[in-house]
Amino acid sequence: MAREVAILGVGMHPWGKWGRNFVEYGVHAAKAALKDAGVTWQDIQFVAGGDTMRNGYPGYVAGATFSQALGWNGAPVASNYGACATGVQAINTARAHILAGFCDVALVVGADTAPKGFFAPQGGERLDDPDWLRFRLLGATNPVYFGLYARRRMELYGATELDFARVKVKNSQHGYTNPYARYKKAFTLEQVLESPMVSDPLRLLQICATSDGGAAIVLCSTDFARKHSTDPVRIAGVSTVTPQYPNTVIEMPNFATDSAAGVEMPDTPFRDSIAKAAYEEAQLGPEDLNLAEVYDLSSALELDWYENIGLCNPGEAEKLLNDGDTTIGGRVPVNPSGGLGCFGEAVPAQAIAQVCELTWQLRGEAGERQVENAKVGLSVNQGLFGHGSSVIVKR
Amino acid sequence: MAKTPVPAIEGWFTQDANDPRLLGSQCTTCKNYFFPKESTFCRNPACDGNELAEVPLGRRGKLWSFTNNCYPPPAPYVATDPFEPYAIAAVELPEEKIVILGQVEPGIGVDQLEAGMEMELVLGPLYEDEEHEYLIWKWRPVRSASNAQSV
Repeated sequence: MAREVAILGVGMHPWGKWGRNFVEYGVHAAKAALKDAGVTWQDIQFVAGGDTMRNGYPGYVAGATFSQALGWNGAPVASNYGACATGVQAINTARAHILAGFCDVALVVGADTAPKGFFAPQGGERLDDPDWLRFRLLGATNPVYFGLYARRRMELYGATELDFARVKVKNSQHGYTNPYARYKKAFTLEQVLESPMVSDPLRLLQICATSDGGAAIVLCSTDFARKHSTDPVRIAGVSTVTPQYPNTVIEMPNFATDSAAGVEMPDTPFRDSIAKAAYEEAQLGPEDLNLAEVYDLSSALELDWYENIGLCNPGEAEKLLNDGDTTIGGRVPVNPSGGLGCFGEAVPAQAIAQVCELTWQLRGEAGERQVENAKVGLSVNQGLFGHGSSVIVKR
Repeated sequence: MAKTPVPAIEGWFTQDANDPRLLGSQCTTCKNYFFPKESTFCRNPACDGNELAEVPLGRRGKLWSFTNNCYPPPAPYVATDPFEPYAIAAVELPEEKIVILGQVEPGIGVDQLEAGMEMELVLGPLYEDEEHEYLIWKWRPVRSASNAQSV
């Protein structure tokens, strides 16, 4: 039997470009999650913060920063970072403390205040930092890597610009009524296809923006949950895997892949291994999913994830999309929240927000974007420098 | 007066204009390759090697994928003003079995590229200041019959 923890409460601060201190969004989300859980801040025995790299020292010690802002309660903290996978690093730290018996109830918080425009590296002249060098020597922004993956899909499987645009349209139709989404607009295919080209074949409306936002979760042991809730949603599996050598897909922020010369290839490529580890822990498979929240950093990347999480075979994602299988009302809706297409990315909060959405869906509290009869949901994401991230939630 | 050409980064490529090469490293034990160079330990987890030899990498490879920058990248990229969009290619070297990114030679847009094309390495300017022209490696389609449709 899989070892589970319960999700007692979830909370978010709406995504946007608010320009305020990230701590405010985190505290807002934390208070909402505590209220939703029916516990007080004084009840929390452990705090896992998701770090942000763009807000100075308080961002590097997010666990303590949020604890101080909520009013020191003496609980131990951990501050976690894994780029886009930061949120699940924090969730997994809290989960491990609970499963190890070090605490019964923990708070997970991530929040960010994002700069305008492209994410850029930290300043200075840092010739030993690949993240700095990729901008300096190539101008390889994040959308450049997304563009490479999108073009590869077109060349391998015959995907079209129209397929990619349909992903954006689907997600905007899912998410435009989501009170936490930043972009509350149902885009048309024409609007997507007429938006300016950024990194061919990806246009502005197909690339995830950078956003402010905050998300929080109260996690607890199943024993603790029995005393506070009748039928809590549970986390059945978490994956934070890294690649196995050699990783032959070019990844941010690298100049090159690993070399496959003279070495054996791993059984499972990195992106397939991410959800696989979560499935194994949860003793579930893709056929058990009622919905998924996947990291649509670009609209094209969402199609890659369909295959990586086992919803279909390689090359079949466009068919799955165009048959309506991944639209709300279809076989396995993907990104009912609206995904990054509706939110933009608030890095340390985003993977937590994915789990908040799964929780609302499994409780039947998702309003207009509700997926009928949702019992098992999966989130998946990947952070640069080799961070896998996936969570399976069930009820 | 002509500006002095200098590499935009030391030790990553040779400056032989006729046969420029990226400089990688190869583990003397398992023969696996690295770019940029590893100098202290072999990253192959099945290998205990810690002797790495600098090796020039193959100059030609197959186009794995490509895209472009339609807008100027942020600093520390030094963008021209006015900005000229440029393509970026990921090229797989057959011998080293490694995919390496590079800008595509100016004047060659994404509409002239196709996955699987044979590409070759050249040197070209990345940016310049008052005294120097800073060189970087770039990819371009090999001018051959198999790539005839594009160049």
